[in-house]
Amino acid sequence: MLRVDNLKLYYKTLRGYVKAVDDVTFDVKDGELLGLAGESGCGKSTLGNGLILLKPPLNYFGGTVELAGEKLPIDNFEKMNDFRFKKLAIIPQYAMDALNPTRKIGTYIREVLLSKGIEPESIIDRLLERLKYVNLSERVLKMYPIELSGGMKQRLVMVISTLLNPSLLIADEVTSALDVSSQKAVCLMIKGFKDDGIVKSLIFITHDLSVLYQIADRIMVMYAGKVAEIGTTQQLIENPSHPYTKMLLNSLPEVGIRYREKLLSGIPGQPPQLLNPPSGCRFKERCPLRGHECDEEPPKVAIENEHVAYCWKVKSNA
Amino acid sequence: MLEVLELAKAYSVGSFGREKFYAVDNVTFKIADNEIVSLIGESGSGKTTIGKLILRLIKPTHGKIIYNGIDISSFKNLKEYYRHVQGVFQDPYSSYNPIFKIDRVFEMVREEFYPKIEPSEWRERIEQVISYIGLNPKEILGKFPHQLSGGQLQRLLISRALLMETKLLVADEIISMLDASTRIDVLNTLIRLKEKGLSVLFITHDLSLGYYTSDKTIILYRGAIMEHGDTEKIFNNPLHPYTKMLLESVPTTHKKWERSAVNLEGRTIPPGFCKFYDRCPLGDKHCVNVQMIEVENDHYVACVKVEN
Repeated sequence: MLRVDNLKLYYKTLRGYVKAVDDVTFDVKDGELLGLAGESGCGKSTLGNGLILLKPPLNYFGGTVELAGEKLPIDNFEKMNDFRFKKLAIIPQYAMDALNPTRKIGTYIREVLLSKGIEPESIIDRLLERLKYVNLSERVLKMYPIELSGGMKQRLVMVISTLLNPSLLIADEVTSALDVSSQKAVCLMIKGFKDDGIVKSLIFITHDLSVLYQIADRIMVMYAGKVAEIGTTQQLIENPSHPYTKMLLNSLPEVGIRYREKLLSGIPGQPPQLLNPPSGCRFKERCPLRGHECDEEPPKVAIENEHVAYCWKVKSNA
Repeated sequence: MLEVLELAKAYSVGSFGREKFYAVDNVTFKIADNEIVSLIGESGSGKTTIGKLILRLIKPTHGKIIYNGIDISSFKNLKEYYRHVQGVFQDPYSSYNPIFKIDRVFEMVREEFYPKIEPSEWRERIEQVISYIGLNPKEILGKFPHQLSGGQLQRLLISRALLMETKLLVADEIISMLDASTRIDVLNTLIRLKEKGLSVLFITHDLSLGYYTSDKTIILYRGAIMEHGDTEKIFNNPLHPYTKMLLESVPTTHKKWERSAVNLEGRTIPPGFCKFYDRCPLGDKHCVNVQMIEVENDHYVACVKVEN
């Protein structure tokens, strides 16, 4: 189980601090897949990276992270080495470029394991089993990355990231560069990692809410560095509360919707600059429900059990 | 208005270029006036190559493209052709010169294509067009590209079609770099312009975008057309195994995926066989010399397993 409380991660720039993750609180229970959704620049990737590899220009500005009851020293690069890859792992965005082009895959995996102080022979059976799990043949270990297709490299990185059965796995936009047919396969494999107990909990970061509807247990929507809404997949997709979530869902074309029958509309305006974000609600500039109270920090409203939105205009049903 | 006839583009691959790789292989289709045709394919299917061939950015290996009865390779003066056919591409930021303000970008269109029109009259037309696509000319014209959002930039590029005599727009993945909340405005702009008489070749990998916008759909796989015809018919009654697989894989927010196995690994295909032969659940020795057949009015499928 992962608990994140009031986490603040800012990027240092010459003009000041960019508040990419600002006061974010959430948890991921054991056996749960949390989907993290939002548009580009909302801080979702910063959050994912910050939990595992916090390095300049990204800086820690407060908050706590707990994994399985143990506090993570995320602001200490050296100390985090005891956790990285072993207790929590990431499948990075552009995982296809994560492999070393001058090493055969097998050699590369060996080197990674040795650098973490693990005897490669002790884990070879698990490696072969995992390769089979993601539909790769043993032959890939003798190949160079250039000989594999993008989708194959992606699945290979998934194997490497989960080799030590980490407690938490973060998957960052893993399917964005894939074709729809491999997208489905990869998503179901990642969900399988959790269902089959290889990892305890999962954070799946994506901009695509329809992918999350397929695989996530709960969804958290971020906007401009803040959490907008958290709820179970059903609550969030079928009964969204935050105006941003509502409008975002309303702007999604999907198979079954044609412009003649239902003209969708986008959200006017742009997200605010995070260098000097506006006070109060960060969505207020684009929000049709905006009132004067929105200049104050929005309250956390518990709509139902497990369903939370940060908005002045949302009413609690509980 | 535009006919693509048995179009093919081959690249030399292998050592010393001894082997030929067909990025586009014998593709035939039409775009009628006032019609949005979406060209849907996964990466490597040759959809961008077709777009480039239509824009005459590259030359076909064989086959022809006919624009209003004229073979486009016969245009000596390309400017004449580009008056009518224009392209919009994936990255809006690299389509603009970053040191020019937007009004200067539009002014250059006048200098290049319509030197006879007075600048003041041109300016009026620009303002009309920008208002038509739902933007405020006063906010837009004095700005540099980096001060505008990707969605606004793409809409401005599309709006050129109204400013010029553009009849056909080749839109290659124009919204894949944009945020979900601004994407749909670009599509709606495209649809408004279609209602004014524009034809669009909408190139995308995203089935839902194709379904939302287009009248006709072409499903492309490894350079060849698998299925094409009326959008409604293709999506509601997909017949080719490849189209079916695509539609089963596309995520939506109203129906969960069925857990069916997806065959991911392609193998080499014997010459003459269907391009989907190796991944197809129905693939067998009969899948040779596949012809495009018309299964119903305006619905064509290239599969030997489909009954006529």
